[in-house]
Amino acid sequence: MTPSRTIQVNALTRVEGEGGLHIRLKGNVIEDLQLAIYEPPRFFEAFLRGRPLNEVPDVVARICGICPIAYQMTAVHAMENALSITVPHEIRQLRRLLYCGEWIESHVLHVHLLHAPDYFGCTSGIQLAERFPQEVTRGLRLKKHGNELLEILGGRAIHPINVAVGGFYRVPRREELARLIPDFQWGLEAAVAATRWVAAFPIPEMSRPYDMVALVHPDEYPMNEGNICSTTGLNLPFDEYENVFEEEQVQHSTALHSVYKQTRACYHVGPLARVNLNFDMLSPMAQQVAAEVGFTVPCNNPFQSIIARCLEVVHAYEEALDILQNYRPFAPARQNAAYQKAEGCAATEAPRGLIYHRYQVDEQGKVTFAKIVPPTSQNQRQMEDDLREYLPRLIHLADAQVASECERLIRCYDPCISCSTHFLKLTVDRG
Amino acid sequence: MSHLAESKLKLAVFKFASCDGCQLSLLDCEDELLTVAGLVEIAYFLEASSTIVKGPYDITLVEGSITTPHDQQRIQEIRRQSKILITIGACATSGGIQALRNWGDHQEFLKAVYARPDYISSLASSTAIADHVKVEYELRGCPINRHQLLDVIRSLLAGSKPRLPAYGVCVECKLRGTVCIAVARGVPCLGPLTQAGCGAICPAYDRGCYTCFGPAYQANARSLIQHYRSQGITGDSLIPLLRNYNAHAPEFRDISSRLDGKFPLPMTGT
Repeated sequence: MTPSRTIQVNALTRVEGEGGLHIRLKGNVIEDLQLAIYEPPRFFEAFLRGRPLNEVPDVVARICGICPIAYQMTAVHAMENALSITVPHEIRQLRRLLYCGEWIESHVLHVHLLHAPDYFGCTSGIQLAERFPQEVTRGLRLKKHGNELLEILGGRAIHPINVAVGGFYRVPRREELARLIPDFQWGLEAAVAATRWVAAFPIPEMSRPYDMVALVHPDEYPMNEGNICSTTGLNLPFDEYENVFEEEQVQHSTALHSVYKQTRACYHVGPLARVNLNFDMLSPMAQQVAAEVGFTVPCNNPFQSIIARCLEVVHAYEEALDILQNYRPFAPARQNAAYQKAEGCAATEAPRGLIYHRYQVDEQGKVTFAKIVPPTSQNQRQMEDDLREYLPRLIHLADAQVASECERLIRCYDPCISCSTHFLKLTVDRG
Repeated sequence: MSHLAESKLKLAVFKFASCDGCQLSLLDCEDELLTVAGLVEIAYFLEASSTIVKGPYDITLVEGSITTPHDQQRIQEIRRQSKILITIGACATSGGIQALRNWGDHQEFLKAVYARPDYISSLASSTAIADHVKVEYELRGCPINRHQLLDVIRSLLAGSKPRLPAYGVCVECKLRGTVCIAVARGVPCLGPLTQAGCGAICPAYDRGCYTCFGPAYQANARSLIQHYRSQGITGDSLIPLLRNYNAHAPEFRDISSRLDGKFPLPMTGT
C-alpha cells in the first residue's frame, strides 16, 4: 500500500495577510488540497450597519493596507449609485489618477519585493537587491512615486483621508501635482525598463484553460467602471454581478470562495485577466513594450502575470502623466445629495482584480446592509485548481521544494489575504 | 549571512488581526529600506521574507489585535521570545476597528457573516496587545507614521530610549499653519483629544480629525464633547467619530459609552 505523504506550508510568505496550504498525496494522487486562509474574522460588513454612509470609505480602507483605494473607491461608487450622484469629468479624472497611484505602488511592490525573488532563488527583495542592486533600487523609486501620488491626492499612502462620497474633501493645488511630472516622466522610462527586465526572467511554461473575468469599458482601460466580461463570452452590467456569482463557505478557510452560481466553476481575476480582456485599451507605450518583449494575448500562463503587472504599471504612468499635465483645480470638490432609503452597488478593478460592494442605506444616511467581495476570495478556488494541475509535475521533488514551488504559484496571484475575511452572508456549504 | 550577522540585532515582525498596513509601512520606507536591512537581521517578517530565523528576537514589532483563543496563546510565546516588544498601530495598541464588536453581539456578527459560524474560532472581543502581555513601546496610528517607526529603530540601534510625541494633533496643526477648522468653521474635530504623529493631515484637507492616533496623554474628552454638544452637534454624530479605529482606547470607550448609555463587553484578556 502506498503511504500517504503530507506537505504543509504553515504560513505563506511574501503575501499580504496570513494563509497556509495543506496537501495530502497518496502516491501520485492528490487526496486533499486546501489553501487555508486563517486570518481572523474582522466582521466589517456586520459593524458597518448603523454607521453614517460618509464614513464608509474611511472604514473599508482598513480592510487592506495595501489596496485601500480599491475599497474606498468601490464604496463611494456604490454610495453614489444609491444616491443618484453623478460626478463631473474633473472628479472622475482625479479618481483615475488615484487608481494609477495605487496600481503603481501595489504592483511595483509585488513585482520587485515579493515575486521577483522567486525567479532567482532569493528569499526576499532585500536579498535580491544584493544581486540586482540597480533593478531593485529602481523598483523602490517607482514604488515611492505611487506612494507620493497617493500622499498628495489622498493625504497619505496607507488609508488615505481625502476620498469622499461625491468627490474629495479638498482638490489639490496645481503646483502640488505638477511637481510630480518630472519624476513620472523618468518613471515611465524606468517602468518600461523594469518590464524588459522581468520579461527576461526564466518564466515556467504553463497554460491553463482559464475563465478570466474583468471589467471592460468602451473608452478606457478599466479601473473604476465597466461591464463585467469574461474570456468565455460573459458580458453583463456590473449590477448583475450577484445574479451570476456567489460566495460559499468552506470549512478550511475563514475566507469565502466565489464561484459561478450555476456551474459552481471557479474563475480568474487580476492583471492577467484585465490585460487579456483589454489589451487594445492599454496605453501606446504599454502596447509597444508588450510587442517588444513578445507578450501576446491570449495569455494563459499564470507565471506571466508578473509581465501583465509591469505592463499595467507602464500604462498607469502614461495615464497619470496625461492627467497631471492637464490638471486644473476645480470647485466644488464634491457633489452632495439628499439622503434617502436606497440601495447601490459597484465594481472596480483593485490591483489584484475585480472587487464588488453593495450597500443599503436609510433616510438618515445610515448603512443598513453591506456586502463586500474582494478579489482574493474570487481567486481562491482558482488558486487551488491551479495547484491541482501543477502538483503532478512536482511530485518527484522533496517536500520542502514542493511546498516552495506551490507558494510560487500562489504568489502569481499576489493574494491579499487580509482582504479575504469579511464577507456577508454565504449560504451554501458543500462540506 | 555576513560575518557581522551575529552582532546585528534580530528584528521580528508578527501579525495578529489587522490589515497589514502598519508592517507595510516598513516596506514603504523606500529610501531607507535597504539601509535598515543592512543594520538589523530581519529574522522573521513573513510579508517580506521567506527566511525564518528562530527566536529569541531583540526587537519585535507586533501588528494587530487579539481576537482568537489561539492568538491569546501565540502572543504569550512571542513575548517570551522578545527582548523589546513594540506594538505598531491602532489594532495592536487599542484593539483596532475590529473592537467595534465589543459593543455588538458577537454571535449575531458571526451569523451575519458566515453560513457556518461553527467553523469559525473567534473571541467576543478585540483587545490590545498590552491587555495580554507587557509592552515596552507603543507606536500609535492607523496606520503608523513610518518616520516614527524608523526613529524608534534608529534609537534602539543607538542604544537610546525612543522619544514619542506626548502632545496633541493641535500642535501639529499649528506647526503646519492650518487654520483651526473647529474654531473657524464649527467642524467637529477630535484633534484636541488625539495624539500627534500623523502630521495633522485631515484639517489640512478640510476635514475634522477622526483620531487615527488614539487619545493624547492628557485628553479631556468630556470637556471637548460638552463643548461640541453646546454647539448643537448631537451625540448621534459624535459617537461614530469617537468610536472607530481606536474605539476601545479607555478615553474614547468611556466617553462614547456615556453618550449612548451602552457599555462594551468586559475585556477577555488573560
